[in-house]
Amino acid sequence: MSEKKIRVLIAKPGLDGHDRGAKVVARALRDAGFEVIYTGLRQTPEQIVEAAVSEDVDAVGLSLLSGAHNYLFPRVIELLREQDANGILVFGGGVIPEEDIPGLKQAGVAEVFTPGTPTSETVDFLRAHCGGGE
Amino acid sequence: MNGKTQWESELVAKALAKSPERRSSFETTSGIPVERLYTPEDYTGSYEDQLGYPGQYPFTRGIQPTMYRGRFWTMRQYAGFATAEESNKRYRYLLDQGQTGLSIAFDLPTQIGYDSDDPMAHGEVGKVGVAIDSLADMEILFQGIPLDKVSSSMTINAPAAVLLAFYIAAAEKQGVPASALKGTIQNDILKEYAARGTYIFPPAPSMRLITNIFEFCSQNVPKWNTISISGYHIREAGSTAAQEIAFTLADGIAYVEAALEAGMDVDDFAGRLSFFFNAHNNLLEEVAKYRAARRLWAKIMKERFHAKKDRSMMLRFHTQTGGSTLTAQQPDNNIVRVAIQTLAAVLGGTQSLHTNSRDEALALPTEDSVRIALRTQQIVAYESGVADTIDPLAGSYYVERMTDELQAAAEEYIAKIDEMGGAVKAVEQGYIQREIAESSYQYQRQVESGDQIVVGVNKFTIEEPPVKGLMHIDASVAENQIKKLQAMKAGRDNVLVRQRLDALRTAAEGDSNLMPLILDCARVYCTEGEICGELRKVFGEYRPMEVL
Repeated sequence: MSEKKIRVLIAKPGLDGHDRGAKVVARALRDAGFEVIYTGLRQTPEQIVEAAVSEDVDAVGLSLLSGAHNYLFPRVIELLREQDANGILVFGGGVIPEEDIPGLKQAGVAEVFTPGTPTSETVDFLRAHCGGGE
Repeated sequence: MNGKTQWESELVAKALAKSPERRSSFETTSGIPVERLYTPEDYTGSYEDQLGYPGQYPFTRGIQPTMYRGRFWTMRQYAGFATAEESNKRYRYLLDQGQTGLSIAFDLPTQIGYDSDDPMAHGEVGKVGVAIDSLADMEILFQGIPLDKVSSSMTINAPAAVLLAFYIAAAEKQGVPASALKGTIQNDILKEYAARGTYIFPPAPSMRLITNIFEFCSQNVPKWNTISISGYHIREAGSTAAQEIAFTLADGIAYVEAALEAGMDVDDFAGRLSFFFNAHNNLLEEVAKYRAARRLWAKIMKERFHAKKDRSMMLRFHTQTGGSTLTAQQPDNNIVRVAIQTLAAVLGGTQSLHTNSRDEALALPTEDSVRIALRTQQIVAYESGVADTIDPLAGSYYVERMTDELQAAAEEYIAKIDEMGGAVKAVEQGYIQREIAESSYQYQRQVESGDQIVVGVNKFTIEEPPVKGLMHIDASVAENQIKKLQAMKAGRDNVLVRQRLDALRTAAEGDSNLMPLILDCARVYCTEGEICGELRKVFGEYRPMEVL
């Protein structure tokens, strides 16, 4: 029986050009059997949500190292809700101070992976929360 | 049987039989094998040809005849955040603490040619650097800092011409002529496409702006370093040390070729080219890296471009310790990493150095953290003794062998890039991006498999509470900056502004040097967003090819 592959959009919101982490996570997810789409740099929240909806993804991973996460992450979630796409799980990573994480989770970010997190942890998290095989 | 073979077959074999080595083979981050022992057999090059003397071709041992015995490297901490007022305070603090040059960090909207009130700037104003919208902000940024005394390095690339124009105009206001200004603009667009991401325009008009700056500065700002060809970000994005040398020098070749095509003489601009490298933890590989880069660039300038002046062949470089080597876990450990990296840069003969702060994997650094980072340089300078003789690791069988190997590895990459038609083509085809991404992924796999130990991350971990007292940029920074910008726009001569912007756009459609026109715009307080906006109309924007 073939299971439906989990589809993930890895996105770089805002103006930040640090994409090492985003690319590493994207490749690790692909190697773990996910279908991965990478947006490239400098995406507005509107562009990310449009891509997430049209690509029918299960999850969106937002990567940001510029410090603009407190605005950009919640904005993506807000726009997903406007599109009735709240089913899409949003997770994040990058240089995110510990003290900002509760606020981001409150806004609807499912998990935040900070520097040093093994990619296997992200893989396990998505497998557990994206209902793979449904 | 020679001594080494005998030693291997007897002593070593006996030791290995008793207990094996830590791993079956050792290699550097660049995948270069590291042998158990290096001996005179491993270094067979001619001393005079390959090493020579400091200040002389091929500059392997350094670019100045006395190096740090004359003067230490410039201690230059990269700083900037929030508004011009706040950053001005931090610069004055750093100068008071004994720093000897400034290094300006701009926020992302400034780096990508957007004003603070642009919708694209939302959430980013003042975050990773200072927000500069016009000459008015630049005047505040350097208030009380005499621009004829201090040298300033500006990390600005796609809009480098605009920020340089603001700087020249701010100096004019202080009564300092452009000819007296000392400093550097990064102005290296190729590595933005390949690794750092703050591009605006496509390659052809970007290369034009760069050569316009070379030409303008050679006549008007002769002490200015017109470009800082950067391997730093290539390494941060995940490349190896060998790739860092290769891709940086390949970019350098592309800039020299562009300037020659624009009709300049190599010795008129090559002496103002400068470089920027990373310093990672593999101390001896890093030292070898700087020495190899110096020797290879000298050879390229002499043999490929027929430079005649010594100065044109000298690879002068700034170093920053490796941001990606910092860990969010047990952040005080980063102080030790930075100290090792500082030694690498100094033993490698850097001209200036930024040392990272322990908390930078978490946020922008606090003032306390920045002071420790600066003190690290001062301890190496004043207490370690390594700066008292030139290139002290020369003649180490291992370091010389590694220098040769890194040079050979870099030359191989450069030959490949030459075959593709040069660095611009290699970037457009995604080759450099792919190579970097591949190395970065391999490294991540090594860390996750435990093959590469990162202390505090995948070994020697502890439970620790979240770090307190991190630097935080308040949302009010953006609001205030936008208010200031709007007040400035209301108070300037908007008819004149329109005229200057129209003149710039017309010139951009032709092929004249744009630098004088950008300077005219700067003087009447055109904003950065307006100036880049006119250029966007003519040049369009770069659309990257995404490589995974």
